[in-house]
Amino acid sequence: MSDTPRAMRQSLSLRLGSAGFLALWCLLAAFPIFWIGVMSFKSPVDAFDANPLNVIFGPVTRDGGDGLSIIDIVLGLVYLFFAVKLALGWLPKMVAQHSPGGQVWAGWIIGALAYAISFVVGLFVILPLILNGLNAILGPLGNPLIGLTTIHYWSVWVDNAFYENFINSLIVTVGVVTVSLTVGTLAGYGLARSGSNLAFWILIIALIFRALPHSVLVAGYLPVFVNSAEILRPILGENAPTLYGQPLAVIAVLVSINQPFTIWMLRSFFQNIPNELDEAARVDGCTHFQAFRWVIMPVMWPGVITTGLFSFLLAYNDFLVTSLLLDQSNQTMVPAIAGYFNRETTTTDQVEAVAAAVSITAPLFLLVMIFQRQIVSGLTAGAVKG
Amino acid sequence: MKFKTFAAFVGPSVFLMLLFIAAPLVTVFVGAFQLTQPVVEMVEEETCTPGFVTQTCTTTTVTRPVLDEFGEVVTTTEWVGWTNFTRVLDPEAAGAAIRAMDWGQLMQVDFYAALRFTLMFTLVTLPLVLGTGLAIALAVNNAARSIRGPVIFISLLPFIVTPVIGALSIRWLFIGDGILTSALEVWLDRDIAMFAQAWTIELMMLFYRVWHVAPFAFVIFYAGLQTVNQDTLESAIIDGASRWERLRYVIIPHLMPLIIFIALIHLMDTYRVFEEIVGFTSQAHVISLQWLTYDFLQPDDAGNRAFGRASASAMLTMVGIVFLLIPLLRRTWRDHKGGSH
Repeated sequence: MSDTPRAMRQSLSLRLGSAGFLALWCLLAAFPIFWIGVMSFKSPVDAFDANPLNVIFGPVTRDGGDGLSIIDIVLGLVYLFFAVKLALGWLPKMVAQHSPGGQVWAGWIIGALAYAISFVVGLFVILPLILNGLNAILGPLGNPLIGLTTIHYWSVWVDNAFYENFINSLIVTVGVVTVSLTVGTLAGYGLARSGSNLAFWILIIALIFRALPHSVLVAGYLPVFVNSAEILRPILGENAPTLYGQPLAVIAVLVSINQPFTIWMLRSFFQNIPNELDEAARVDGCTHFQAFRWVIMPVMWPGVITTGLFSFLLAYNDFLVTSLLLDQSNQTMVPAIAGYFNRETTTTDQVEAVAAAVSITAPLFLLVMIFQRQIVSGLTAGAVKG
Repeated sequence: MKFKTFAAFVGPSVFLMLLFIAAPLVTVFVGAFQLTQPVVEMVEEETCTPGFVTQTCTTTTVTRPVLDEFGEVVTTTEWVGWTNFTRVLDPEAAGAAIRAMDWGQLMQVDFYAALRFTLMFTLVTLPLVLGTGLAIALAVNNAARSIRGPVIFISLLPFIVTPVIGALSIRWLFIGDGILTSALEVWLDRDIAMFAQAWTIELMMLFYRVWHVAPFAFVIFYAGLQTVNQDTLESAIIDGASRWERLRYVIIPHLMPLIIFIALIHLMDTYRVFEEIVGFTSQAHVISLQWLTYDFLQPDDAGNRAFGRASASAMLTMVGIVFLLIPLLRRTWRDHKGGSH
């Protein structure tokens, strides 16, 4: 600090105030999410207890026979430590070794899936088996200390078949991200490289579309989708589909709603790539499309990944469109959770809703962990460049 | 780039936007003036109960929907002019309430209650989000380099979390005798029910929205702070500007374009406030414009959806967006004319 000029140095009270404010903000930001994580592992009585200590230690849950002993906690932490170490060190090496050249991304998908499955199996199947034995042998050390139960997760995912909603969410998000990026990169490139008035107007109209409330659009789709079989019959004949309740229709809708944002963001990324690169490729005899595919796209991956993340978030977090355009049988996760808290018959339902909410949040948590840099760059890309 | 190539690149995207954004707008516009109803017929029904000597028979007229040969309800669609709008706006009740200067009575009409909440929510959260975001950005900028990464990670969590889930997570802290409600009860020494009246729910919603959007403002301001001209700051110090004056006259003017950007995005997004209503299940006390349309679109007990009224309320929601966008569009147009592109 000695090289900062004296006038720039800060008084102790200012530094303390700033650090205190930051600490308070971090507490506020993390607390609600951390707390639902804690609640989801407790019996209903503990989860909604007025005393926070009871929620954390869960005496009722512990008396019910579900709990963690000191050994459980220590071994669990060791397991987590090695899991993180493996994920950071060993996994990238294996992926790099075993994936065929140029298809590292496919290797990553397979590797990450295999890793995730073995992690879950290890944590919920193998580790409990070992620990049950250990706890029985060790006596007082093996007595449960903190109440903890995974029963709510079991009833949400297995008894209430939440995995069906998960699969629906997966279909919708994967569809939205792929289609949205394919269509969006093409348009973003075209808009970034054309200085015409038409390009300007397309961008402005896209901005207006971006501001429209989604309910306005859904009010437009719903009557058409519900009656689409009758409307389309003259064109498609007898096998005209009813679009209402079709994941494909929802994918198309979410892609379009997301298009204005996608093309603005991708355009600003494309503008960062120097025009000379296309020109060099064109001189070498590429068509515009070849230049785009073989010269520009390889250097565009950071922008594409960032935009893909935001498309993913839109599709994954959506409540309004999916709840209105999909029916009960193929509902995605976020609207499905409304079923839990609308029932509100017992506190068990409530805790199951909490467990479902945590299940929805967990992938997002991982996403921020892995892609923090891309998310930050995506947020600033739109703003700083205008 | 030739027009043909340009069209090939932009075509799919424009087609999707026309089909799924522009066309629905037309449907909504047309639908707002139409009413689709099941065709009903009046049928005289004679019901007889056995009695002594003669049976007692009563004849009643019942209305029932006409069914076609597949057993489906026959519906008609007719042009009804401004009827849908009148049913949403209810000018008679509103006029009476205004003449009587009765605010509570005006709020009985759903549309005005939704409009009041949406506008209040938009205008109150805006300064709070800008202020909190700037404060966090300044504090992080002031912190040691090593802790910035973790702080940004934690700060991103509220922004990235599914809005409905975020609202729920705050609701679960307060519901019934949740830990925060009990803490408040001990502190204020009285019984508190956070979900029994509108204003406490609104407070929680305001808190939720600021919690959810402040990280976005923070990240953008933080990026902006990295580009503040150090020379200008130093000259300000030499001229004897205090810390506050430096913030007021050097840093904030530098961040002005970003402030405008965040304000615009925030106005657009907050005007669509919806997830809070779902997350806090507050429809009995507080509703928003977008929720109003959503509610019309939900099937009622008989399975009918009020498409006409939904379209009318959607059109009315759009009027607000137009007001919001006019200044923005004029500005962009001026920039474009000025040739800054």
